[in-house]
Amino acid sequence: MSGHSTYEFKNPIARWVDERLPILSVVRGQLVDFPTPRNLNYWWTFGGILATMLVIQILTGIVLVMHFTPHTSMAFDSVEHIMRDVNWGWLLRWMHANGASFFFIAVYIHIFRGLYYGSYKAPREILWMIGVIIFIAMMATAFMGYVLPWGQMSYWGAVVITNLFSAIPVVGDQIVQWLWGGFSVANPTLQRFFSLHYLLPFVLAALVFLHVWALHVTGNNNPDGIEVKSEQDTLPFHPYYTMKDLFAILVFLMVYAAFVFYSPWYLGHSINFAPANPLSTPAHIVPEWYFLPFYAMLRAIPDKLGGVIVMFSSLIILFFLPWLDTSKVKSLKYRPLARQFFWLLVIVCLVLGIAGAQPAQGAWLLVARLATAWYFIHFLVILPLLGFIEKPKPIPASISEAVLGKAKA
Amino acid sequence: MKTITKMFTALGLAVALFAAPAHASGGGQKNAEDYDFSFEGPFGKFDRAQLQRGWQVFKEVCSNCHSLKYIRFRNLTEPGGPELPVEAVKKIAAEYEISGEVNDEGEPITRPGRLSDAIPAPYPNEQAAKAANNNALPPDLSLIVKAREGWYYPWYISPFIKLFKGNGGAEYVRSLIAGYEDPPHGEEKEGLNYNPYFPGHWIAMPPPLAGEDVEYADGTKPTLIQEATDVAAFLAWASMPKMEERKRVGLMTLLYLGVFALLMLMVKKSLWSRVEH
Ligand code: HEC
Ligand code: HEM
Repeated sequence: MSGHSTYEFKNPIARWVDERLPILSVVRGQLVDFPTPRNLNYWWTFGGILATMLVIQILTGIVLVMHFTPHTSMAFDSVEHIMRDVNWGWLLRWMHANGASFFFIAVYIHIFRGLYYGSYKAPREILWMIGVIIFIAMMATAFMGYVLPWGQMSYWGAVVITNLFSAIPVVGDQIVQWLWGGFSVANPTLQRFFSLHYLLPFVLAALVFLHVWALHVTGNNNPDGIEVKSEQDTLPFHPYYTMKDLFAILVFLMVYAAFVFYSPWYLGHSINFAPANPLSTPAHIVPEWYFLPFYAMLRAIPDKLGGVIVMFSSLIILFFLPWLDTSKVKSLKYRPLARQFFWLLVIVCLVLGIAGAQPAQGAWLLVARLATAWYFIHFLVILPLLGFIEKPKPIPASISEAVLGKAKA
Repeated sequence: MKTITKMFTALGLAVALFAAPAHASGGGQKNAEDYDFSFEGPFGKFDRAQLQRGWQVFKEVCSNCHSLKYIRFRNLTEPGGPELPVEAVKKIAAEYEISGEVNDEGEPITRPGRLSDAIPAPYPNEQAAKAANNNALPPDLSLIVKAREGWYYPWYISPFIKLFKGNGGAEYVRSLIAGYEDPPHGEEKEGLNYNPYFPGHWIAMPPPLAGEDVEYADGTKPTLIQEATDVAAFLAWASMPKMEERKRVGLMTLLYLGVFALLMLMVKKSLWSRVEH
């Protein structure tokens, strides 16, 4: 499935290069001829969308850094300088800020796509686990990026999140001081976050390379969750999927552009247009929307250390998913019962997101607790049991049979 | 096609639901009065005459206490803003004394302001500003319209209201300035004034306008609400001086992406019509 193309380059220069460094045949084998299941639907376009967003974030980020000043006394001013004085600075800034949000929209869809079609199951366990690492690295990157403009929510978000580490027994306080580079969130904190915010996207890019490498060893999963059996089941990646992906990327970019140009701070917090002030705590400290489900879990537990453990476990648990799901059938298309639990999980995650934006008290606290409990029950109890209880629907013998069966109907 | 529709309904829903930011529900907070500013909506633009009037209110009244540090005199002349004539702004700038520089002998000097100078602050530092205002700091107003919100709706409608009406920052400033009231039950608080639009309702700023505070050159009647509306529009521009450029470029970008996407859809359809899938 993987490996080099046997293609002989006609152009003598291309042939000369390829005989010494087979970079051209690798590109040809992996991005042009690569055999891809013929039945992929539009949920499969989010991989390409994610890659596009990563490139947008890196490019806008590099240019922003040329005008940004990582110092507590100047960071906020330098962002306003970008917004007002730098040519196209407002565009760079809004593309980068909204780019983070749309990166997360895409990754959440991408992850739930994987959950629905069982893309985490053998032989794609490592591909899935690299994906989870990418997700965690993305969250770290976005968190540190949000601190950089040094507004009120930047500062207080950093205070709340770094303080979580003080819950670690014995060494907690030392760890927090080490993270801060001092005894409070201050200039050294901003400077190290800046350094790491520049570094992590490149780590991310390397992880994506591994992710795609793993993908190209096993090949794509597909909506029917059956492995490719013959060449009949596939189409070459180019032009079929390059053109389809490009179309989806453009539609996604249109939604993104609508926010960048017409509601650029809709997804953010107004209070972050006020400069950081350590002496005035905002009435509500709320993270960016993409962290809200995790924030809800954190606050659902009355104990600080417990909250931290639960929040991180909700991510760690994903590494074990390939073994927690005991069913032999991948795609939920053929698992009627699991499908219902999938949609319940989607609702539970949305509810967690809403609860994360509310003050952690009264009915919302109860809702957050129930939803947190269900999140873990889903992965630790429901999924392992379903494999034994559920009777899956009959599965087509091959992708081409599934496709032709549909075509006849 | 059905899949795409479903895909984007899901996407829209997720955005709408997740975007519900928490907001202060602080004790019966009053919604700002809704007002249709000329700069709202995807095609909205600033009303030059209104920005010029708002600048006049700011300069003659608000700038006694508030700074506007991210606005330079030249910005007042630039496209997409009040677009005042350069010569007039040069004159205004020259009326200000700029300090903080030194001459070749190292002695501190003052000089008349230039187009490139930021609008000077009324107080030399925060301490002086607080000392003169009952220990309350008059905030810089360059970002105030973006930093404040006007609506306090429940979480399940708030995201939709904000999507269509924005955060209501300009409406908030307008309502705040024109919305001082006698406190209920004749209550009084030392150095504070009752204003139902201010979070907490007691604000250190005395009512800055009463109506007839300025004389508009264009003959508009300077009622309280007119002045408040004008200064709110001016501060909205100060918060987003690139808004008109942003919307213009946005339209072209969306048209470009739309045509490109349509072409790609046709390419994709014709390619895939030849294979079973
Ligand atoms: C006499 C001085 C003074 C004048 C004149 C004045 N302000 Fe204020 N303003 C203040 C002070 C003091 C505060 C801080 C109030 C507080 O925090 O309680 C303030 C706060 C504000 C706020 C922020 C309210 C909030 O939500 O935190 C706005 C907006 C504002 N002023 C607008 C204006 C405008 C517009 C004008 C001109 C029409 C103006 N001010 C004139 C002193 C003044
Ligand atoms: C920077 C972020 C990411 C990028 C750029 C990225 C990129 C891609 C690309 C290009 C593909 C192939 C196309 C597709 O199937 O959609 C893919 C597949 C996949 N990704 Fe990601 N990905 C990212 C994050 C994640 C995360 C966070 C997860 C899971 C936690 C994940 C899990 C998967 C899986 C399981 C596949 C194989 C899917 C299949 O073929 O069924 N990815 N990824």
